[in-house]
Amino acid sequence: MKILVPVKRVLDYNVKARVKADGSGIDLANVKMSMNPFDEIALEEAIRIKEKGNAEEIIAVSIGVQQNQETLRTALAMGADRAILVVAADDVHNDIEPLTVANILAAIALKEGPSLILCGKQAIDNDFNATAQMLSAKLKWSQATFASEIDVKKDMVRVTREVDGGLQTIDAKIPAVISVDLRLNEPRYASLPNIMKAKRKPLEEISPADLGVEITQRLKIINTKEPDSREAGLILENIDQLVEKIQENVGG
Amino acid sequence: MKILVLAEINNGELAEDQTSKTVSAAATLGKVDVLCASSQCSDASKNITKMENVENVLVLEDELFAQSLAESYSETLIDTINSYSHVFAPSSSFGKNVLPRIGGMLDVMVISDVSKVISEDTFERPVYAGNAIQTVQSVDKVKLISVRTSNYSAVPLTGSANIKKIDCKSNNTLTTFIENKMQTSDRPELTSAKVVVSGGRGVGSKENFEIIEGLADKLGAAVGASRAAVDSGFAPNDWQVGQTGKVVAPDLYVAVGISGAIQHLAGMKDSKVIVAINKDEEAPIFQVADFGLVDDLFKAVPEIEKKV
Repeated sequence: MKILVPVKRVLDYNVKARVKADGSGIDLANVKMSMNPFDEIALEEAIRIKEKGNAEEIIAVSIGVQQNQETLRTALAMGADRAILVVAADDVHNDIEPLTVANILAAIALKEGPSLILCGKQAIDNDFNATAQMLSAKLKWSQATFASEIDVKKDMVRVTREVDGGLQTIDAKIPAVISVDLRLNEPRYASLPNIMKAKRKPLEEISPADLGVEITQRLKIINTKEPDSREAGLILENIDQLVEKIQENVGG
Repeated sequence: MKILVLAEINNGELAEDQTSKTVSAAATLGKVDVLCASSQCSDASKNITKMENVENVLVLEDELFAQSLAESYSETLIDTINSYSHVFAPSSSFGKNVLPRIGGMLDVMVISDVSKVISEDTFERPVYAGNAIQTVQSVDKVKLISVRTSNYSAVPLTGSANIKKIDCKSNNTLTTFIENKMQTSDRPELTSAKVVVSGGRGVGSKENFEIIEGLADKLGAAVGASRAAVDSGFAPNDWQVGQTGKVVAPDLYVAVGISGAIQHLAGMKDSKVIVAINKDEEAPIFQVADFGLVDDLFKAVPEIEKKV
């Protein structure tokens, strides 16, 4: 079976986001960009499923600007077999909404016929946590979100989900869309030989129009601002003072 | 404008705090209907009828909804949901699972994690792990909104809504529930607790986390953890406070051995009073704490536990 893994290029996890002066968004000019950490986990899981002999091919897809091919090369170096780049924007500041991303991925899924689509549960830039759910609705496939354990069986996949209060296990009929949570696995680093090999792996470039998908924006960004900051408080001198403050504020 | 709130009900039990705060956010636009879909609805629907600003409680009692699987909602209730202009759900694992799937079905965007309802089409939500707050205006015919419930207070129980039974052909051939493994705890629930005691990487090990739990139990508090502590295996993921975990806003938040990464601050900085204990006086947590103590947590916390 085939596994499709969408990977988003986002502001690197360790770089502090700075709001642009005109309020239009976050400044992404000349900053380090990386693969969305949750997508890395999804890709790692796909590779492990393939290594166990439960999948033949892993296709990484990225939607965004031309430079997303760097992210796809990283995916290929980690272990994806081939990559599809959907060039949907010419400015890195134009974030493509999850609904459009889902439309694009659904069109690719219909063409490629994967049995599983493994997504990160959210992108660490827009924090929507929506693409996997929207995609499975578009395809009318089963949905398993926030996975912390994935066990591929014959016609279904058993997924343990991180839910409020604990864990929930469900069986999802294949084909399925799964979104992955933090504790599913620890992604590998690409080795140098694999980085070299990745340069020769196929990377196809297409446009949303090739898939018959129109880029729409349903949420107009009116303003982006820094959050209200808290004032730093008082450094206390000893434990007794702290105990006093705790007592004042318990049940207050 | 017709407003619907999806009540969160787990196995017949109403998640009252989450649901009430979601009603509170939705009611800034007007009176609301609440959809109560579960295997047992009698207790939950009765509680909801008392919530202020609720007009009708739509009751769908069906075994199919016992576990709130997303497909049960999207396959069964889509016509009911589509007859509303606004649909609100808590931004919990329930709302985050169900609402975007409905969005995919209706071809509308979901407005996730809304921290402020500004008008019927304009909303505020945090992005970049809370490093920025974005105001967005939706052009969709149906607005799907998940609510960051810690930003709202529960509604008073002074209402008297009508109960309306609804009938739907139930359907979910895609997913099957196998089991739940819930943390059983006598402690209050993390997202609605008045006091939260959280531990970070500085706690050092799973065993040492008992120090945090001891203080929490003495204070009648919920236990939280930073992502670093969860990643290191000191605490279960369910305890994670932060942008990728839970967002809390208790009366008192005690951060122990937590440096204060922005990821963590995004999940707790709306707490009324923040107390931080860290041996590193340069730790960023002190920038947001109302009261700080620079001390070794292994010495300080047991002593605090004894004295409070």
